Amino acid sequence: MFQVRIHGRGGQGVVTAAELLSVAAFLEGKHAQAFPSFGSERTGAPVVSFCRIDDKEIRLREPILEPDGLIVQDPTLFKAMDVFEGLRPDGYLLVNTNKGFDELHLAEVVAKLRNGHARALPATELALKHIGRPVPNVALLGAFAALTGVVHLHSVITAIRQAFSGKLGEANVAAATAAHAAIAGAAAAA
Amino acid sequence: MLKQIEGSRAMAEGIAFCRPEVVCAYPITPQTHIVEGLGEMVRTGELKNCEFINVESEFAALSVAIGASAAGARAYTATASQGLLFMAEAVYNASGLGLPIVMTLGNRAIGAPINIWNDHSDAMSMRDAGWMQLFAETNQEAVDLHIQAFRLAEELSMPVMVCVDGFILTHAVERIDIPDQADVDAFLPAYEPVQVLDPEQPISIGAMVGPDAFTEVRFLQNFKQNLALRLLPEFAAEFKARFGRESGGLLRTYRADDAELLVVAMGSVNGTIKDTVDEMRADGLRIGLVTLVSFRPFPTQALRQALVGAKHVVVIEKSIAIGMGGQLANNVDLALRNTAGAPQVHSVVAGLGGRPITRPSLHKLLRRALVQPWEGVHFLDLNEAIVAKELHHVRKVRRSGPTAENILRYLSAGAQQAAE
Repeated sequence: MFQVRIHGRGGQGVVTAAELLSVAAFLEGKHAQAFPSFGSERTGAPVVSFCRIDDKEIRLREPILEPDGLIVQDPTLFKAMDVFEGLRPDGYLLVNTNKGFDELHLAEVVAKLRNGHARALPATELALKHIGRPVPNVALLGAFAALTGVVHLHSVITAIRQAFSGKLGEANVAAATAAHAAIAGAAAAA
Repeated sequence: MLKQIEGSRAMAEGIAFCRPEVVCAYPITPQTHIVEGLGEMVRTGELKNCEFINVESEFAALSVAIGASAAGARAYTATASQGLLFMAEAVYNASGLGLPIVMTLGNRAIGAPINIWNDHSDAMSMRDAGWMQLFAETNQEAVDLHIQAFRLAEELSMPVMVCVDGFILTHAVERIDIPDQADVDAFLPAYEPVQVLDPEQPISIGAMVGPDAFTEVRFLQNFKQNLALRLLPEFAAEFKARFGRESGGLLRTYRADDAELLVVAMGSVNGTIKDTVDEMRADGLRIGLVTLVSFRPFPTQALRQALVGAKHVVVIEKSIAIGMGGQLANNVDLALRNTAGAPQVHSVVAGLGGRPITRPSLHKLLRRALVQPWEGVHFLDLNEAIVAKELHHVRKVRRSGPTAENILRYLSAGAQQAAE
């Protein structure tokens, strides 16, 4: 089972991201379970969502305590809470930021992870460029597919098109594709 | 057809295939996306011959369902938490009048203190109101139980509550097999009411009944629920033959055959318990699970058969009858009453107001039950330090203030200290 936890703030599409990831996994014939951290939703409040992916039926209903993958949509959360809690040593970390890990004081966290398992991506900038709104979730999903290989980019794209029709869908596809290329390209170069 | 879909949306699609003719709901917290989905389907014409009635309160929602059902329509509504309490009087009326309404309860806690999260307090508050109460373990079962619920309700002319864990199931997106219209039609025949308000053939429903007849009405309600104990397994078997999967019935057992310790639970927590059972079995511990689907009628005999042979029974439930203990544990005790060699029953209250029930906590709890079983009620993951602090405070100060606010203050002070 591969377990993903997504941290962000209300309005950043945190819940939608987990749902899209689950649809992408479903499209590949896998079992997936996406669910939000339950609370009163408010714009700007810290929000957590979860996604489990497995080859067999998922029965577990507890929150994800030891994620294999962690997506942080808002770097200001580091001061508010321990988003890294339970992150497995062989897990993956993807942070939405235009800064480096050192500048965010994350060098220690990143050092605990395997080489190449932690990546930073300016997802909000990509979203502004392609979608025209500062919603980083879909770009991060494209990047997460490249970073972890847990789902293929084309599944993410199909999931996006199912959720968003027309121009909005294509704009999101462009953001996810660009983000995927940014991570995959950098990995190839390294 | 397999879909990756939100539980509430899947239930809406399943309910639409049951061809409800009246859906009434009060769309405010606490509510689920189920009636939102049904409302949308009525608007687009996807759900035909159905009137969606937006009412002014939960009391009105069930009252309108009662009127619709008495007029011969297949009626559906949904609620949760305080919404169910607000319709309480109508809940008793629906069952007392013998009207086969189906209602989804997206289980949530009841205030005060205000809490929007999942537990089973709402269902328990109406456990003796004459409705049948079926608990879904998964979203797949939630969809399937609605189809069986309409069949059962109409066969017996008695309302059914389908209890589905709020948020944990209603808001989860997962793989669900959505049935075909043709299969649902074959399983669920058109509604033929046993009583109808018809201007052509006027009757009255809901007469005043004195001491000379009231007991008999109640006896027959109880009798019908006993009939349901036979019908539930029959319908589940028929459902399996048509749809190819196990859903519903009275109860299910999991790795129970040679178990020394059996857990009894209702709803979505059974999934987490199954994973825990597998892990403990791998460690050589003889542990199994009994998943109760039907809470009303309570399957006393089937449960006794399932439990006898075990040494310990641990009942894990998301509710508490304050001053008494867990309702389910008390009912399980009843199932074992006067049974020779009955297992010891240990009661656990867990998951109140949305507190997650995790595998690490279950491991600890169930290992303790094997070596050091407890009497009375055990509160899983109770923060004993905070409780002690408040008890101490209350003893020291007369005007000790509101409990909930005090506890929030202790917690936030503790978090600050930890941060410093």
